[in-house]
Amino acid sequence: MSDVIAPFLAATVRTATPLALAALGELVVERAGIINIGLEGAILAGALGALLGGTAAGVAGGYVGATVAGTIVAAIFALFVVRWRADQIITGTALTLLSLGATGTLYRTLYGASGAALTLATSAPLPIPVLSSIPLVGAALFAQPPATYLAYLAVPVLAWWLHRTHAGLALRAIGERPDAADAAGVPVDRYRILAILFGGAMGGLAGGTLVLAQAGTFAEGMSSGRGFIAIAIVVLGRWRPVGVALGALLFGGASALQFAFQAMGWRVPYQLFLVTPYLLTLAALAGAVGRARAPAALGRSLDD
Amino acid sequence: MSVHSAARGDITRRRIGAAALIAGVVLLALAVTHGGTASLALTALWRGSLGTWYALTSATLVRAVPLMLTGTAVALAFRGGVFNIGAEGQLLAGAACAAAVALGLPSGGAFTVVAALGAGAVGGAAWAGIAAVLRTRFGVLEVISTIMLNYVALHAVSWLVRGPLQEPTHAYPQTLTITDATRLWRIPGAGRLHAGLLIALLLALAAGWALRHTAAGFRLIATGDNRAAAASAGLVDVAATTTHAFLASGALAGLAGAVEVLGVTFALYEDISPGYGYTAIAVALLAGLDPWKVVASAVLFAALEAGAGAMQRDAGIPSTVVTAVEAMLILAVVAAQAMRRRTAAT
Repeated sequence: MSDVIAPFLAATVRTATPLALAALGELVVERAGIINIGLEGAILAGALGALLGGTAAGVAGGYVGATVAGTIVAAIFALFVVRWRADQIITGTALTLLSLGATGTLYRTLYGASGAALTLATSAPLPIPVLSSIPLVGAALFAQPPATYLAYLAVPVLAWWLHRTHAGLALRAIGERPDAADAAGVPVDRYRILAILFGGAMGGLAGGTLVLAQAGTFAEGMSSGRGFIAIAIVVLGRWRPVGVALGALLFGGASALQFAFQAMGWRVPYQLFLVTPYLLTLAALAGAVGRARAPAALGRSLDD
Repeated sequence: MSVHSAARGDITRRRIGAAALIAGVVLLALAVTHGGTASLALTALWRGSLGTWYALTSATLVRAVPLMLTGTAVALAFRGGVFNIGAEGQLLAGAACAAAVALGLPSGGAFTVVAALGAGAVGGAAWAGIAAVLRTRFGVLEVISTIMLNYVALHAVSWLVRGPLQEPTHAYPQTLTITDATRLWRIPGAGRLHAGLLIALLLALAAGWALRHTAAGFRLIATGDNRAAAASAGLVDVAATTTHAFLASGALAGLAGAVEVLGVTFALYEDISPGYGYTAIAVALLAGLDPWKVVASAVLFAALEAGAGAMQRDAGIPSTVVTAVEAMLILAVVAAQAMRRRTAAT
């Protein structure tokens, strides 16, 4: 049985990593009262950025490229939404479309319309001594690529920053009552722009892990809804870093089930596995929304 | 017509002009950076979209039909304050239901066609209805739920055409082809163009008229403009209006899927839609969410997509660039609205 469970756990953590990174970024954005549907676009841009950076300068270059690409998408979002007070939902949807079209065009331009099988060196797992040899869970949790450890680190750091620092308090105040925060002298727009850029960088990084730690290549539309799932995870995690991390693990587990079922030789239509994350998102949102309270000013600009 | 609506019409005309300009500039820039001569690309774009009678009818207008229906679907939903990003999934649900009815009913002929179209509308409405229940009962943001349902619909169709609805030889992931008697009739002398165009035009006109002149249209717009005010005025049942907006929008998108099956593809398969449901968002926004103007903006986007196919074939320009152009058009509209609001405020 453990020959099924250990790979299942490892696959859970592996699939949860990009979701956790993206959702932790979006958590900060939403705590500032902004909902960035363009996260999906940032993840996709990050995936292409990872390919470009990775081809030029190896795995590290790939992560840099991913982060930069995600931040660029977020910067456009910030310009529209914070500076011009444009509608957040429509801008975010448009940016996801833009990213889909632009990455597809760039990819086909650079690598040909066929999208020849392009493989990239992926970042090797970095086993942590001692911890990775814990039976059953050790390898799953502590023999992962570096991006996973970054996600581990981000959870306590974000929790501390949001709840124990002056800046974190200001950010949360903006998400609840931007007018009051503004009146108290908090630079609302600057906080929101920085939060959006952080969210974009994390989204880009999430896209980078899809390429650099999982697929080893880029495919058009390879984010396949992870940005939207990440937004659902933020709701499920009740806008708290620990909750978000657990939510990401739940989704990672659901996606990893297909590997486990395949290993056990179950005959179920494969589409059932493919839809599981989406159905789970719907169920989770329906179950979670009633009990959780969103930042009061979520989705509204300062002038509304 | 009031001064206000006259001004709106003016803005829309300018907007569509500006949109065509942006699209042209972007495509030109891309053609130049591609090393291919710009004239070659633009010739391909023109000849593939509007330049010949065949291209106009069989490429552009055939694509405009589902865009008019889904564009109207998105316009109605957005006017009612419902961010339905799920027209793609509703289209697929409609296509699946229509294909099942068209293949399942033995008779063929007008009755089967009407039944299949009806099944498409019901299928699309039901798919949107899931998001409506999630929003009204559980407070789930429809932007997320409709996108999730798009993925579910795509995988459901993928399963249907490899499972219960697959053609009997099990060689291809698609249904049987529907019989000639179950297809929408072709418009004489207009190539592949079919009667779906009339359905789409009629429904866009009817939807625009309903928004302007009926109580239901007024309730929809009042709810979309300001939910709290609409509710406290006591005349509008906001929850019911929201549900109706979802259902009407889903029915139109589902009908688009049915029309595609009965008029264009004659079978159900996975990539039956090249993303009409997503393009519809750009179509509706460019039209200022007015179904009447959706007709024009649907033709513009259909021409762009038809021409892009020709550009890829003749000048090697990736057809994905159209998606990017569409997104830029949405952003341009959003930015223009934001600017106008700010000038109005000061």
